[in-house]
Amino acid sequence: MKKIEAIIKPFKLEEVKDALAEIGVEGMTVTEVKGFGRQKGHTEIYRGSEYTVDFLPKIKIEVVVTDSIVDSAVSAVVKAAKTGKIGDGKVFVSPVSEAIRIRTAESGDKAV
Amino acid sequence: MALLAATAGALGWMVLGASSAQAQDKPPEAPPPAAAAPAPAAEAPKDATPAAAPAAAAPADAAAAAAPAATPPQQPDSTATGANGGTGIDIQWPSYPAKTDPKTGFTTGEPTIDDAGKTTAGANSEIVKAIAHNKISINVVWTLVTGFLVMFMQAGFALVETGLCRAKNAAHVMSTNFMIYGLGMIGFWVCGFAFMFGNYANGPVNIGWQPTLGQGLMLLNKGYSITVGGHTLGLLGMKGFFLSPEVFDTAIFTLFLFEMVFMDTTATIPTGAMAERWNFKHFIVYGFWVGMFPYAIYGSWVWGGGWLAQSGMNWGLGHGAVDFAGSGVVHMCGGVIALAGSICLGPRLGKFGKDGKPRPMPGHDIPMVMLGTFILAFGWFGFNPGSTLAGADNRIAIIAVNTMLAGAAASIGTMLTMYLVTGKPDPSMLCNGLLAGLVAITAPCAFVNSAGAVLLGFIAGIIVVFSVFFVERVLKVDDPVGAISVHGACGCWGVLSVGLFANGSYGGGWGGVHKLFKDGQWMRLVNDGSKAVFDQYNTMIGTDPKTGGWTDVGVTGIFGSMFGSTAPSGDGSQFGAQFLDVCALFIFVFIFSYIFFKLSNLVVPMRSKREDEIMGIDIPEMGAEAYPDFQLTDRTSPKID
Repeated sequence: MKKIEAIIKPFKLEEVKDALAEIGVEGMTVTEVKGFGRQKGHTEIYRGSEYTVDFLPKIKIEVVVTDSIVDSAVSAVVKAAKTGKIGDGKVFVSPVSEAIRIRTAESGDKAV
Repeated sequence: MALLAATAGALGWMVLGASSAQAQDKPPEAPPPAAAAPAPAAEAPKDATPAAAPAAAAPADAAAAAAPAATPPQQPDSTATGANGGTGIDIQWPSYPAKTDPKTGFTTGEPTIDDAGKTTAGANSEIVKAIAHNKISINVVWTLVTGFLVMFMQAGFALVETGLCRAKNAAHVMSTNFMIYGLGMIGFWVCGFAFMFGNYANGPVNIGWQPTLGQGLMLLNKGYSITVGGHTLGLLGMKGFFLSPEVFDTAIFTLFLFEMVFMDTTATIPTGAMAERWNFKHFIVYGFWVGMFPYAIYGSWVWGGGWLAQSGMNWGLGHGAVDFAGSGVVHMCGGVIALAGSICLGPRLGKFGKDGKPRPMPGHDIPMVMLGTFILAFGWFGFNPGSTLAGADNRIAIIAVNTMLAGAAASIGTMLTMYLVTGKPDPSMLCNGLLAGLVAITAPCAFVNSAGAVLLGFIAGIIVVFSVFFVERVLKVDDPVGAISVHGACGCWGVLSVGLFANGSYGGGWGGVHKLFKDGQWMRLVNDGSKAVFDQYNTMIGTDPKTGGWTDVGVTGIFGSMFGSTAPSGDGSQFGAQFLDVCALFIFVFIFSYIFFKLSNLVVPMRSKREDEIMGIDIPEMGAEAYPDFQLTDRTSPKID
C-alpha cells in the first residue's frame, strides 16, 4: 500500500476528487493548509503600510491505495490539478506499513 | 456675580410645585411686562391646585348633583409625577409673533396665542396646558427615542473595533466595549452628570429661551464659577449627584439618559485605540473614571453653561463655543483620551520593527467592521438630530440630511484618497472615512446648508487618511482602529468647521449673544436678562420701519456667505471661539488623561502580560475564547523583535 499526499490549489478539489473516483479510489482525507514553494509571496497594503503575504491557502488530499493503482492514481491527480501556472502544488508518495478498517477490523489491501 | 443673578432671574420663571420649596439659588426678578400675564398666571396652578382641591370638594358635591358634566376633571398636579407638565410659559413667545423662516417655511420659534401678541387664552387654562403638555411630550419622546438610537451605537463601536483586531483577542475587545456601557453609566450617575449639567439652567441662552423638555430643567442651577476681570467663568456643575431627590424630575431624567449615551460614546472610543494589550482590570478603573471626570468637566464648559460657552458674552468671541452635538465634547474628547492612553500603554508587540517602521496587523473580520459602521451611521440619526432636545424643532430635518450627506461625502473622499495614495481602496479605511464625515458634521450639523455639509464631509474623508498615516508613521502611536484619527482629528475639524461654514440660518442668540443685521450694519446684543435688553431686542426685530426690521442672524462662519447666508459674514469671531474651544480641549483633556493613566498605572498595571499578549488575551484575562469552535491561525501577526 502507498500513501499519496497531494498539495493542490483549493478550487481544484472537486476535479481531483472526480478523477480519483473514475479510477476506483473510493475514499480520501482532505485538510486546509497554507504554504508556499520556490516562488515567494506578494506585497499587500493594509491601512497604508506594506506587508508581504508569504503563505497561500492550499488543500492537502491524502489517499492510501493498493500498489497496483499507485501510478494511475498519481497521474490522475497531476492531470486534474494542473493549471500550468505557478503554485499548482506537489504530490508525494510514501509506503504504508498497515491499514485497518475500524468498523470491521479488516486489514491490509482489503481495508483500503 | 450681578450678571449671573440677572441671567438667573430672567430664566427663573419657575413653575414647579409649591412643595418643592428648593427654589433656585437666586430669586426671580420682576419678570418683563409682556410675559407678566402668563408668569404669575403660571404660578397660579401650583397654588391653585392644592387649594382648589379642598375648595372643589365642596362645590363638587353640589355640582355633581346639579350639572354632572359641567367641569372637566382636574389635571393632576404636573409636578408631582412629572407626567402631565406644561403650561403657558412653555409655549408663550414674548410679545411678538413667532417668525416664519422665509426659506424653510417652518416656524422655529414658539407659536403665539394670538396675532397681536396678547394672550387670549389664560396661560393656566386647560387648552393652553394641553397644548404645552403635548409640545413638551413631543420633545421628551424625541429626546428619549434618539437617545435609544445612540445607545445602539455601542453595538456599532463594538463590532467595528472587534473586527479590526485579531481573532485571538476578540472576546477581550468585545468585553471592553460591552462593560464600558455599565461602568461609564454608573460613573456618570455618581457625579459626571452633576459636574456637567448641574448648572445647566444658568448657562448663557438666547432671549426668550425656555427649556424644551419642561421647566424641571431649571432645577439644574447650582455650580462653581470664578470671577476674572469682572466676568463670571463657569467651571463645574454641582447638582444632581446620584440623581438625588432634588433632581428627580422627568425633564432632568430625560436629559440624563440622552447625555449619558453621549458620554458612553466618548468612553468607548479609547477602547479601540488601546485594544489588544490593555489589562482588563485597569480598563475597569478607566471605565469609572471616564464617566466621572474628564468628559464631564470639559463638557460642562461647553454644554453646561461654562466658560467656553460664555466666551461670546464675556470676550466677544462670536456666540461662544458652539458644538451642536459634540464633535468636540464627545468625539475629539474621546480621541484625545485615546491618544493619551495609547501613548501611555505603548504599541502592540511586533507593531513597530527595530527600524521604527509600522507593520500591518490586519483585522480578522472586515464584514463585521462594515456592519458596525452602518450601525453607527444609523445611530448618528439619533446623535445629531436628537441634540435639538426637541422633536418640535423642525430643524431636525435639516440636521438629519446634513448628517447623511457628510458621511457619504467623506466615504467617497476617503475612497478617492486611498486610490490615489495607495492604489487600492482598503475597506477598513472606507469605514473610517464614513465615520470621519459623521464625526465632522456633528458640531456644525444644524448650522450649515447641504453644500457645506458635503464639502466639510469630503474634506474630513481626506483628513482621516493622512491622520492615520501621521499617527502611525510620525507619532509612532499604535491605534488598531484609527480612533485617534477618526474622532480626534476629524472632531477637531468639525468644531472648526462651525466657524467656517455656518451660514447664519439657525442659532440666533446662541450663547446669549444676539447678532442683529440690517442694511449693512451689525449690532451685537448680549442677553444679560435685563428688561432693557429684552425690550430693545423686541423693538429691533419688530416691524417698525425706523427702529425695527433687524434680522437676528444665527451662528455664522467666515465663509457663511458662500453657503447661503443672507447676511454677509466675514466676522471671524466665531472661528475664534471654535479655535479657543479646541485648544482648551486638547490641553485640558490630554494632560488630565495622561496624568490619570500614569498614576493609575502605578496602582493597577495598564498593560497585559507579555506572554498573554502573544498567545491572545482572551483566555488569560477573560477566561473564554471568542471562537472556540474555530481553529485560529493567527497568520498575520508580525514577528516580535
